[in-house]
Amino acid sequence: MAMRRTSVPAVALLLATVAGVSACAPEESGGEATPAASGTVSCDPGSMKTLTAGKLTIGTDQPAYEPWFKDDKPESGEGFESAVAYAVATQLGYTKENVVWTRVRFDSAIAPGPKSFDIDINQFSITEERRKAVDFSSPYYLVRQAVVAKNSSRIAGATGLAGLKDAKLGAQVGTTSYQAITELVKPSQAAQVFNSNDDAKQALENGTIDGLVVDLPTAFYMTAAELTDAKIVGQMPQVGTQEGFGIVLDQGSSLTGCVTQAVDALRTDGTLTTLEKQWLAQVAGAPELS
Amino acid sequence: MTADVHTPSEMQRARVAYRRKQSIRSVIISAVSTAVAGVLVVVLVTGSPGWPRVQASFLDPQVAADSLPAILRGLWLNVRLLVVCAIGALLLGLLIAVLRTTRGAVLFPLRALATGYTYTLRGMPLIIGLYLLTFGVPGLRLQGTPSVLVLGAIALIITYAGYLAEVFRAGIESIHPSQWSAARSLGLTYRQTMRHVVLPQAVRRVAPPLLNDMVALQKDVGLVSVAGLVDAVRAAQIETANAFNFTPYVVAAVLFVLLAIPLIAVTDLVTLRAARRQNAGGR
Repeated sequence: MAMRRTSVPAVALLLATVAGVSACAPEESGGEATPAASGTVSCDPGSMKTLTAGKLTIGTDQPAYEPWFKDDKPESGEGFESAVAYAVATQLGYTKENVVWTRVRFDSAIAPGPKSFDIDINQFSITEERRKAVDFSSPYYLVRQAVVAKNSSRIAGATGLAGLKDAKLGAQVGTTSYQAITELVKPSQAAQVFNSNDDAKQALENGTIDGLVVDLPTAFYMTAAELTDAKIVGQMPQVGTQEGFGIVLDQGSSLTGCVTQAVDALRTDGTLTTLEKQWLAQVAGAPELS
Repeated sequence: MTADVHTPSEMQRARVAYRRKQSIRSVIISAVSTAVAGVLVVVLVTGSPGWPRVQASFLDPQVAADSLPAILRGLWLNVRLLVVCAIGALLLGLLIAVLRTTRGAVLFPLRALATGYTYTLRGMPLIIGLYLLTFGVPGLRLQGTPSVLVLGAIALIITYAGYLAEVFRAGIESIHPSQWSAARSLGLTYRQTMRHVVLPQAVRRVAPPLLNDMVALQKDVGLVSVAGLVDAVRAAQIETANAFNFTPYVVAAVLFVLLAIPLIAVTDLVTLRAARRQNAGGR
């Protein structure tokens, strides 16, 4: 009785499958980046290890919303975050021509793979948990969360968090606004979560939700320019540390130290305050919710 | 007829022993092959330069444990929606298939309507249908507008009914005309023939593709999350954003696969039985 041999092609196929599953790829050059301690690395376009030598690639989501960016054109330098991005670039010594914008989805910005940007500016709130996955610059804007509602809504007159308890509240997915609902208001009805603030605004217009939680500048922009007969019910109380927006960098990026230095310098010399006055001027006077 | 106990011949016993030996041998070979392949994959994946970071980002046991309750709450919504939408889509799909296979000139408008329905609803992306129903309809501000959950379920039902209608129609049209002729010659009306002769055979014949569509529906019900509802995938997305860690997605994926296994097993069983029934020629 002759034994049937396992054929060579079958073994080859098996090996090819294994190779396919594990996608053999050579290790990238570059190796481990060392976080720059301030002062040890010179921060100028010549010595900074950016994606493209001599250029600074800045990521943000699409669409980019007012008042952070104007008309979804981050390269215009108009809108608060666009202005901050260019101010940081200038501080680091990049001219406007050497700043390249790229569009990055939220999920890809925080994924562990190689990043398609040097820095990403997109209203990322700095939290300790998130620091385990990405690097943050120091905060370039201190932010509060606010509740927006239609004038006719039953929560339009709420003066405290207790008045929001039985309301249907909504927020954009993946935001600290959603956390503010679940952790501060603890509403009796489950909070609604939307893909974008556009969807959430539509739900508010339709009356599917009573109130929408967004950061304060967005709330001011919405009530001023986008929603008819809607108002800011009030600002959410601050819990724990002051929430701030930071620029996101790849974990262990060699640029983190330089970018943080740049943001700190802009804060010290008053540039950030000036830009806030210019682009987020009306952010004051929203009532406090206790 | 002697009542002798059958004793297999020497030759037959040798055959049986040989077959047993061969099957044991093939089991051992496949076990070794699997082990070798598994070890190779593990070595190649865990040996890659980015592995520690991917492991921390996608396979963090602490994050998995923390996110599990929220994801399970979301999954409960998926399960409830699946049951309701499956029943609704099967009934509506069957109705449309029956309308599409009617005969007679008078009923032409009905046929045209059913045909148009399957063309349109199968062509339209589900997510757009969901947007139109869950954001558009409440915008009309009509009295008694159902909740977005109900509207989302309606969007899923009408979309899937389009697919299922075509599956049912294929089944109905695969029944041999002689079955119709025989039933009608026995004096059954059109309706009775459809109800007692054609449909039972047709549905049995297309059970595997129907169940296949159910497996697909199981994953698509989660799309109601565009309307603001929190299903398992959305819950995972929220958890992911809290810590910038992707482990919750992996948890959700595992739960979905576990949920699909019974359905897929039933599909395989039904397919096997149908094949046996048809090919053996017996009952």
